[in-house]
Amino acid sequence: MNLSTLFLASGGPFSAWFTKLHETFIVNDRYKLLIEGFRNTILITLGALAIGVVIGTIVAVIKYLAEDAPSLRWAAAICNLYITVIRGVPMVVQLLIFYYIIFSHAKNGIPVAIVAFGVNSGAYMAELIRSGINAVDAGQMEAGRSLGMSRLQTMRVVVLPQAIRYILPAIFNELIALLKETSIAGYVAEVDLTRAGNLIRNNTYDAINTLLLVALIYLLIVILLEQILKHMERRLGKGDKR
Amino acid sequence: MINVKNLQKNFGGVEVLKGITTEIDKGDVICVIGPSGSGKSTFLRCLNMLERPSGGQIIFEGDDLTDKKIDLDLHRQKMGMVFQQFNLFPHMTVMKNLTVAPMMLKKVPEDKAKAKALELLGKVGLADRADAYPNQLSGGQKQRVAIVRALCMEPDVMLFDEPTSALDPEMVGEVLDVMKKLAADGMTMVVVTHEMGFAREVSNRILFLDDGVILEEGTPEEIFGHPKNERLKSFLAKVL
Repeated sequence: MNLSTLFLASGGPFSAWFTKLHETFIVNDRYKLLIEGFRNTILITLGALAIGVVIGTIVAVIKYLAEDAPSLRWAAAICNLYITVIRGVPMVVQLLIFYYIIFSHAKNGIPVAIVAFGVNSGAYMAELIRSGINAVDAGQMEAGRSLGMSRLQTMRVVVLPQAIRYILPAIFNELIALLKETSIAGYVAEVDLTRAGNLIRNNTYDAINTLLLVALIYLLIVILLEQILKHMERRLGKGDKR
Repeated sequence: MINVKNLQKNFGGVEVLKGITTEIDKGDVICVIGPSGSGKSTFLRCLNMLERPSGGQIIFEGDDLTDKKIDLDLHRQKMGMVFQQFNLFPHMTVMKNLTVAPMMLKKVPEDKAKAKALELLGKVGLADRADAYPNQLSGGQKQRVAIVRALCMEPDVMLFDEPTSALDPEMVGEVLDVMKKLAADGMTMVVVTHEMGFAREVSNRILFLDDGVILEEGTPEEIFGHPKNERLKSFLAKVL
């Protein structure tokens, strides 16, 4: 006897709803589609986050260093162009460009989606990280340089660790936006969480339960992320103790 | 040790240093005094090229630091600097503040770097604060840690940029005491300061800067006892 038949046998006002849930998600193992979608959504989000943080950090540091290193001006110009283009084109269009033009021979849409979302996120991360770098007192860079560290060394061990603390909430904001934005991954034939819900809805005509469940799962992930942020802020706040 | 030749610095058309020439020898303790805006700090910051001079030369141990091809980072390892605002790294413990540069730049093994840091911390009376974060320290303690941080690189010269100006009055003494000990140990020091007592007692030569030039230089006895320049006389009348 499985869970749903147990509820069925118990009768009551919820029994009709449980019957419906059973038909929608359990019959034909349709819940497995949701699990696959969930997995892909997480995969794309985390992969894109990693790419975004790396690109964002590199772009931010180049732009910072270029402020008084004329030899880096051209690199900074490329970075600015990148940011402008990424921010100026809708994410769906970027995703389609990656899938149908840049990686038109790709058989699996997931890596394409990871790269597309990562490249997109990198542009926003870059501006975030740059604002964090600028928030760190200029005396920190001077102190590092006066000890004999290079600009890059000081950036890595002195400035960036402090910058990250300033911008951690904003990075999580970006991460949450990224998570939800991946719901368009279905455009490139990938089963993400949203598309999994859509597929089940098309099969069962149960719009209410599929959409609500999908919405609930996104919401739970975001709540989890918020908790992680709180934990990290506490941990990073060590130097603030008085 | 440091030869300053016709040092000039403009900030956006404003001449802050108008040609400074002087020499700093090994073992010198030189105090730089003068009214605010006279270019004292800029002069000091040019010595380790935190400010890039607009003209002139800084010859440090035989190498011209204004030469674009020179490895500044390598030379800065030999020039410790202490800032008015301490500029400790707030996300690191005191110990980490002291060991990060020697371990990274001079490849000192961690145990040796820590032992050295603890020894120097002991000398400034802060051996028990190695695991504290900078924000848990008083201003005087922060500045003593900042001095030790520079010393951990075993520099040939120490540059002090108004090291007591941001301190509460009761904490000035503890920092000056550390600097006096340092001078007594034979460290070459260049100190921008408003502490005339310290300048008179510890330095062997004083530079009086005003309006971007050295108006007078000499021993404490000459500067405080027999000032010749009128501007120096009126400056001393105000601060003493």
